[in-house]
Amino acid sequence: MKYSALALLRGALAAQRNWAQAWRSPEPRASYDVVIVGGGGHGLAAAYYLAKNHGVTNVAVIERGWLGGGNTGRNTTVVRSNYLFPESARLYDFALRLYEDLGRELNFNVMLSQRGHLMLAHSRHDLESMSRWVNTMQMHGIDAALVSREEVGAFAPALDLSPAARLPVLGGFRQARAGTARHDAVAWGYARAASALGVDLIQECEVTGFLKDGAGGVTGVETARGPIRAGRVALAAAGHSSVLARLAGFRLPVTSYALQAMVTEPVKPRLDTVVISPGTGVYVSQSDKGEMVIGGSLDLFASYAQRGSFAVMQSVLAGTLALFPSFSRLRVMRQWAGIVDVVHDSSPIIGPTPVPGLYINCGWGTGGFKAIPAGGWTLAHVLATGRNHELAEPFQLERFASGRFIDEAAAAGIAH
Amino acid sequence: MMLITCPDCGPRDEAEFVCGGATHIVRPPLTASDAEWGEYLFYRDNPRGLLRERWRHAYGCGQWFNVARHTVTHAIVAVYRMTETPGGAGA
Ligand SMILES: Cc1cc2nc3c(=O)[nH]c(=O)nc-3n(C[C@H](O)[C@H](O)[C@H](O)COP(=O)(O)OP(=O)(O)OC[C@H]3O[C@@H](n4cnc5c(N)ncnc54)[C@H](O)[C@@H]3O)c2cc1C
Ligand SMILES: [Zn+2]
Repeated sequence: MKYSALALLRGALAAQRNWAQAWRSPEPRASYDVVIVGGGGHGLAAAYYLAKNHGVTNVAVIERGWLGGGNTGRNTTVVRSNYLFPESARLYDFALRLYEDLGRELNFNVMLSQRGHLMLAHSRHDLESMSRWVNTMQMHGIDAALVSREEVGAFAPALDLSPAARLPVLGGFRQARAGTARHDAVAWGYARAASALGVDLIQECEVTGFLKDGAGGVTGVETARGPIRAGRVALAAAGHSSVLARLAGFRLPVTSYALQAMVTEPVKPRLDTVVISPGTGVYVSQSDKGEMVIGGSLDLFASYAQRGSFAVMQSVLAGTLALFPSFSRLRVMRQWAGIVDVVHDSSPIIGPTPVPGLYINCGWGTGGFKAIPAGGWTLAHVLATGRNHELAEPFQLERFASGRFIDEAAAAGIAH
Repeated sequence: MMLITCPDCGPRDEAEFVCGGATHIVRPPLTASDAEWGEYLFYRDNPRGLLRERWRHAYGCGQWFNVARHTVTHAIVAVYRMTETPGGAGA
């Protein structure tokens, strides 16, 4: 059923009982052309583009919990493409361009809100690095621009802009096309569109091992609901990638950390852009419901527990209040964490693994929500054709031996 | 919040420590290939379960030591000195 204003109106006449399930929930078949492990944004988008771009529809996405229940449903929804290196700028801007049309493409409102992303400069050194970053980004065709202290004040009047502020604001840089999108809607939109094209979405079904042929190639997966054979298998399991890789017999250059976020009670519109402060690592936006959405740094020790430590929460909130003193009376309603897959250069891995027949999309760490359309697109490409998509070519496992890193961690230094 | 027992100072709040990641990683010989060197520098077991790692009592005595910790429950199973092997710590 196509979602439209007319369908809503028709629903109004039928007490809204006319809505079909958004996707099918079939029993798993014995065999598929492609099995994707992990029903987050990247796995679901890959399934959709396999069907849409390549006509490969005999596909299953196998999710141990519920669709979007991993990091895709836990993130702070920032989308942007202001990365420093040309390889990343190309990849993330491709994703942002797909996001700009995604609501229409999927017939599902992903609530993309291009309200801009503003990074603050707290010192002369910040200002100098930012002018270098902005120059580089502009050369890559990214709409980054330096902004003065006065312009920062116009974009985010709730900031403490006084010279006596704990973190004085001297200016910053902004990407106007950046913003936020509804995370659940991105997962649900891809799921619904993939299901309509014939993809089977299998929830509450953990992958517990891999089927292999005599030569060690992967020929399917073992699951909580029995074995499922597959021509090709892809892992899109974010923070759980190492666990699956170990089951398949290889290691990854990944460490899993908890990244937490929190929201306050909803209030009237007060913050109309995404603000991030390099001094504190804190970033804040206001959700469409009115909550202040607050994120910060990782809990810096390996963890598979989907909860953040109190020490980090305390420092994130202290940083938030240093930036926005007027938020001090807001109550925090919820706090949670997701397990993110961090690699040395904070860039993804999208391509084949050392095990024949097995492919991977991981390494997005604290910032892969914004990349979902591109991660799905390029993973689908390698699964369908056996060759890396040109955008994904620089993001291969080989770089950990060759040293050809795309070190965004050390570059523009913005997380998420 | 974790309570970590520094071998020198006793039980202290997690906020006094920094984590240095996996421990007992053996440096390969200089004849190692690029792939072996990359393994050594970047590849980790990253287990969902018991992990042996290094911590430093950064805002205390400054010493590094080893910790065996569960990555789901965060329960600390053993603490032993930098020069001790896991076997020697009875873990
Ligand atoms: C608090 C927080 C804030 C963030 N903020 C941002 C942000 O503002 N902007 C941004 O771009 N990114 C952000 N990120 C990062 C972003 O959320 C992730 O990079 C992205 O969602 C990863 O998507 P994914 O599909 O790879 O993984 P996930 O959405 O985590 O999906 C992986 C799925 O695999 C499943 N799985 C795992 N093991 C198995 C198994 N054995 N069998 C079957 N299924 C399995 C999991 O249940 C999960 O559903 C944030 C992350 C967190 C935690
Ligand atoms: Zn000590």
